[in-house]
Amino acid sequence: MSEHEVTLTINGESVTRPVEARTLLVHFIREDLSLTGTHIGCDTTSCGACTVLVCGKPVKSCTMFAVQANGAEIETIENLAAAGTLHPLQEGFWEKHGLQCGYCTPGMIMSAKGFLADNPDPTEDEIRHGISGNLCRCTGYNKIVEAIQYAAEKLQAADAGGE
Amino acid sequence: MPQLDDRKEHHSELAEGVSARVPTTDEVQIKTPEKICGMGHRKKRKEDPRFIQGKGNYVDDVKLPGMLYMDIVRSPYAHAKINSIDASAALEMDGVLAVITGEDLKAAGDLHWMPTLMSDTQMVLPIDKVVYYAQEVCAVIATSRYIAADAIEQVFVDYEPLDAVVDPFEAMKDKVIVRDDKEEKTNHIWHWEAGDKAATDSVFNDAATIVKEKMYIPRIHVSSIETCGMVANYNKVREHMQIYMTSQAPHAHRTVFALVSGIPEHKIQIISPDIGGGFGGKVPVYPGYVICAVASLVTGKPVKWIEDRSENLQADSFARDYHIEAEMAADKDGKISGLRVKTLSDCGAADAAANPSKFPAGLYSICTGSYDMKAAHVEVDGVYTTKPPGGVAYRCSFRVTEAVHMIERMTDIMAHELGEDPADYRLRNFIRPDQFPYTSPTGWEYDSGNYEGALNKAMDMLDYRALREEQKEKRAKGELMGIGISSFTEVVGAGPSKDYDILGIKMFDSAEIRIHPTGKAMARFGTKSQGQGHETTYAQIIAEQLGLPADDIEVEEGDTDTAPYGLGTYASRSTPTAGAAAVMAARKIKAKAKKIAAHLLEVGDDDLEWNVDRFQVKGSPDQAKTIQEIAFAAYTNHPQGMEAGLEAVDYYDPPNLTFPFGSYICVVDIDKGTGEVKIRRFVAVDDCGHIINPMIVEGQIEGGLTMGLAPAMFEEIVYDEHGQNLTGTFADYLVPTAVESPKWELGKTITPSPHHPIGAKGVGESPTVGAPPAIANAVVDALWHLGVRHIDIPITPPKVWKLLRDAGVTD
Repeated sequence: MSEHEVTLTINGESVTRPVEARTLLVHFIREDLSLTGTHIGCDTTSCGACTVLVCGKPVKSCTMFAVQANGAEIETIENLAAAGTLHPLQEGFWEKHGLQCGYCTPGMIMSAKGFLADNPDPTEDEIRHGISGNLCRCTGYNKIVEAIQYAAEKLQAADAGGE
Repeated sequence: MPQLDDRKEHHSELAEGVSARVPTTDEVQIKTPEKICGMGHRKKRKEDPRFIQGKGNYVDDVKLPGMLYMDIVRSPYAHAKINSIDASAALEMDGVLAVITGEDLKAAGDLHWMPTLMSDTQMVLPIDKVVYYAQEVCAVIATSRYIAADAIEQVFVDYEPLDAVVDPFEAMKDKVIVRDDKEEKTNHIWHWEAGDKAATDSVFNDAATIVKEKMYIPRIHVSSIETCGMVANYNKVREHMQIYMTSQAPHAHRTVFALVSGIPEHKIQIISPDIGGGFGGKVPVYPGYVICAVASLVTGKPVKWIEDRSENLQADSFARDYHIEAEMAADKDGKISGLRVKTLSDCGAADAAANPSKFPAGLYSICTGSYDMKAAHVEVDGVYTTKPPGGVAYRCSFRVTEAVHMIERMTDIMAHELGEDPADYRLRNFIRPDQFPYTSPTGWEYDSGNYEGALNKAMDMLDYRALREEQKEKRAKGELMGIGISSFTEVVGAGPSKDYDILGIKMFDSAEIRIHPTGKAMARFGTKSQGQGHETTYAQIIAEQLGLPADDIEVEEGDTDTAPYGLGTYASRSTPTAGAAAVMAARKIKAKAKKIAAHLLEVGDDDLEWNVDRFQVKGSPDQAKTIQEIAFAAYTNHPQGMEAGLEAVDYYDPPNLTFPFGSYICVVDIDKGTGEVKIRRFVAVDDCGHIINPMIVEGQIEGGLTMGLAPAMFEEIVYDEHGQNLTGTFADYLVPTAVESPKWELGKTITPSPHHPIGAKGVGESPTVGAPPAIANAVVDALWHLGVRHIDIPITPPKVWKLLRDAGVTD
């Protein structure tokens, strides 16, 4: 199996690693970089547990090779509270009980982050479609929707405040 | 001993409570201030900070030095003879250490078979033949996940295909024998009955109206988003096996591992870390776990096995798969008088159901539901087919879902047949509040209930009568609108140990509380949360009892080396059993705390009264000692002659099960052109007794409703005639997304359990049990005037469209 060198930025830090060509991005993140907040829930790109942001866009990292991310900027759940305070999405999920077992949560939050960047003032229906690539088996989604609404409002208020 | 006295007092309270009628309220009780955060507070979950920051610790996150990886070769046939297994090419690959076959397991001490929870046997790895598609055939151990996955492609198995038997009615004919390892050459496993046959037949003879229906409750799969997995770490020097496992019942699994492997139980540590959803799917022991443990035992190295989703969806245990024939009788006044049920349970290739040992059909005999009737008789037959084992729960207490679906469908059919409104018909057939405790015709003693209260509330919430008017108007215009009701009664919290055990281990559960000198506490439990929020709710229960702030109580579960023995979390049993144990342990601590307070205040025990977080002198509340002061004294200034420390453990054996209930109403509109069913409104009124944390209860209900919607409209595991699973990935097995899941509208009534120390009943599964018949009833209600009496779930657009076409409504 051919081996390549990959250089990418993950959560603001530049890393260079040798990888097999076939290494999935999710395995690279979890195993090579030991960032286990990104999860694996299926093998058909259906569940979204592995969602990360690649150059700001939500991507299911089980369906991208690590080599394809060469040069990219990647953000995972571990980066959201890196500054020491929770991101409004994390706050929203905690505040509104948007999680139970927590397994889908990192992917769900990253998906929502990407979605809110495109649509900062979504309707409930738009949120539901926005996270329709992410499966949750525990919550029934209502409280996830509320969590994202909470974050959207808070992010908009912060924007309006010129932050 | 004061502890024992306290317990006796408590049980005498119980005895009084059982005979008393329990009033229903709809206000959550809060007795502690916010800073203590006892029961009733919407406390944000203590476990969440790690999950929202990606710092959970699930089995696949465990990485040990020198860890090896396992992958499994699976059968492409549902039934086939194995002529040979050639692993030589795999073994030549760089990084492949071993290939483990059934012969290897046999040589290791007959480990190629294992006992199931129902005292049947199941192959770990086959030697002669495979009996279901995707069955484990052999396993590869390699230095990386990728090499292991490559190597399974290099194992060549010579199969000789045999006829599959997929239909259980066909299996009953014994033309193809699934389990020829057994002495008796039959697929019939067991016959089970409940109720009084003669009395039931007599009620049916006298009946004015009898309705009959056949229904199939399809095979489904829990599909927690985390699949199953294990890291086994055998230390040859210490002769010690450490196991990280996706386990809902770590202690029971430890005992099973000890019995099967011969490793002494004190040399086995099972750690169930954060679990990414269970729903019953992480109760059984699967072959993969056993092989993984053996692989570590043989290599002396840590071995990781994590299922792919397709393996999880094709080869783990499955739920439901009940073929039901039901008859309901009504007397001349139209009142329900009896129920007669025959059911065929498709068990797959092993009876590996996760039921209490004496209950091969689980608690299915709860099937008279919320209705008072004279007699009932239930028969169930278990049969083998060439499919993976069935009979695990899908967020359900041991077959209650099948029972509820049947009785709620039959009640609706009877109401429609008699031309009565389904709500009014239920209201006049319910067990009345004054009939509790109520003994059902199949022998259950319902603890408390107020069924009319819940249904009336649900009807008010959506203005039921107005909806019926709207339906009439719509029908006149040719539009299809339906209203479906489900007024379910659950039975959870197994269980009294006289009747309930798993492989002989009684179904009690446990709590251990230790209060440290500075007034902070550690509490450990025999259960294991998989998302239910135990770290928060158990802390709130203890906070309520002892006045310690919930934030000062660290709750820990899942490590068999530290937690007291318990049977685990499933069947909504954690609050009824371990939650009760927490109360009892706290009360033991409180009894000792009182003695310490009396010593510190230099008064007699009887001069003291409890006030939220302190013992105070009666009539002189300024003279008081807080629980924190008492805790400090327990280590620094305890009375001479008393043991130091402040801790207690309790193993709680409930006197009865608990019987949560509720009424759900679903309103649907059906597209005549496509057969698409659109849920317009869904109102769910649940009564789970006293509520520990309303936010968590709402979360459990909303999640359970979506898991009820799933089999009602989307999910079904389908096999072709050769036994191939046609729904083995998430691309085919349709788990609802946020788009399909409606905005649930919740309501509640509170009718406490009279025998549970805090009046709680358990809630996690009620909605999954109650929702499917509400949806099915709504769809049939919309189509009844077209001659439709029943539709099997999942109710998909093609099924509805076909009915509409047959009725000439659409072309």
